[in-house]
Amino acid sequence: MNRIVNHPILEEGKQGKEVQIFVDDKPITAMEGEMIAAALIANGIHINRYTAHEHKPRGIYCAIGRCTDCIMTVNDVPNIRTCVTKVEEGMRITTQKGMGVWSEEER
Amino acid sequence: MYETELAIVGAGPAGLSAAIEARKAGVEVLLIDENSRPGGQLFKQIHKFFGSRDHKAGIRGMNIASTLLEESEELGIETWLKGEVCGIEEGRNLWVVRDRKCSELVKAKKIILATGATENAVAFKGWELPGVMGAGAAQTMINVNRVLPGKKVVMLGSGNVGVIVAYQLLQAGAEVVAILEAAPKLGGYGVHTAKVARAGVPLYVSHTIKTAFGKDHVEAVEIVELDSSFKQIPGTERILEVDTVCLATGLTPLTELAWLAGCKFNYVHALGGHLPIHDDKMRSTQPDIFLAGDISGIEEASTAMEEGRLAGINVATELGYISEEEARARSNEIWDSLNSLRSGYFGERRRTSKDSMLQKGKEVIKWNH
Repeated sequence: MNRIVNHPILEEGKQGKEVQIFVDDKPITAMEGEMIAAALIANGIHINRYTAHEHKPRGIYCAIGRCTDCIMTVNDVPNIRTCVTKVEEGMRITTQKGMGVWSEEER
Repeated sequence: MYETELAIVGAGPAGLSAAIEARKAGVEVLLIDENSRPGGQLFKQIHKFFGSRDHKAGIRGMNIASTLLEESEELGIETWLKGEVCGIEEGRNLWVVRDRKCSELVKAKKIILATGATENAVAFKGWELPGVMGAGAAQTMINVNRVLPGKKVVMLGSGNVGVIVAYQLLQAGAEVVAILEAAPKLGGYGVHTAKVARAGVPLYVSHTIKTAFGKDHVEAVEIVELDSSFKQIPGTERILEVDTVCLATGLTPLTELAWLAGCKFNYVHALGGHLPIHDDKMRSTQPDIFLAGDISGIEEASTAMEEGRLAGINVATELGYISEEEARARSNEIWDSLNSLRSGYFGERRRTSKDSMLQKGKEVIKWNH
């Protein structure tokens, strides 16, 4: 786990409620209210998507919702900026390929 | 449709300070921010601020944010979070997308743009690999999200952001393998640079990254020495084993809305590039649009807060809530404070650059004089 618990300045790491989310169908544990990208890093996942043409991996880059490098498909909606979107219990997250695919219901 | 006297875009240090001043004077304020909480980038600044006591020196950025938020809550400032301002019409009306779902038109008498800035990139070979990120991005991850994006980090850039984030990475438990600086001398405040130096982090001047290697993630970087004209010196390459590269190579103001609104621009290198022209009241070339913080020139949170107050006071004056006389007296005080923040070895260049911007503002913004 890559969570920072002990810190010389900040209070002890978040003691919040744990939630379960699914990344490419695998369950992982996240903290309620944290950003998706943070939950992924905490669980050692550093690739958020693959580019459309050359299929190269991309991870977080700006972490404040500007660059869109960390976009993923969340609950069947593609192109979600995971660094500024909070996790929710049962969320289904998919490593995005290219532009992603919209589900029939969300189209 | 939503009507208000003043709409402020961005709830960072500048926007919050502007909102507080204007609301205190009696102005009806709407504060809009795209994030799910206000405070801008202050919450990730866990270090103590510089300047005199009046400038909140010695207080950590995150605590300054909490104070500003408390004050804005006490004043009952209407705040829209997750509000993305996508357009400006007729210099006064804002098109806002709320909660990523619905769009709303905001009609305001005055607007203050306090949109902040974004980090600059450096495009060496391999820079797009996962593991290469803005220094501010790493700072957000460690200090706000409390997760460690990497264990062995190289920092590119020795300015304040570079050395401060390097130190905070150490505090978070990472190893900082080196700090590289392309210029022949270090760029940060001595006190911050000394902290990383004391912690044993090697600092390389006249060095940059040539290549980042790795299959799916950074595994190493090749660094190279630069000559006095910033050209790579062949044969000086060496490999550093790292899993993370942080880029602390300056910021660019987020000026999209000012461009959309038709504000006139001026290029000021030392303040971050193309900037909307403004005068000493923080007014742009659009009569109802004011500016504050990094959008008017890249500086620090302490100057952003003072500029925000200035914009808030001048908007309140134009709307008839503060007398001209009082506004002048309070503005003079703030300008004294800004000038003292822009003094010394690092501040002087910002001061002269800001002066040239104000001179430009005086020439271009006629209705103010």
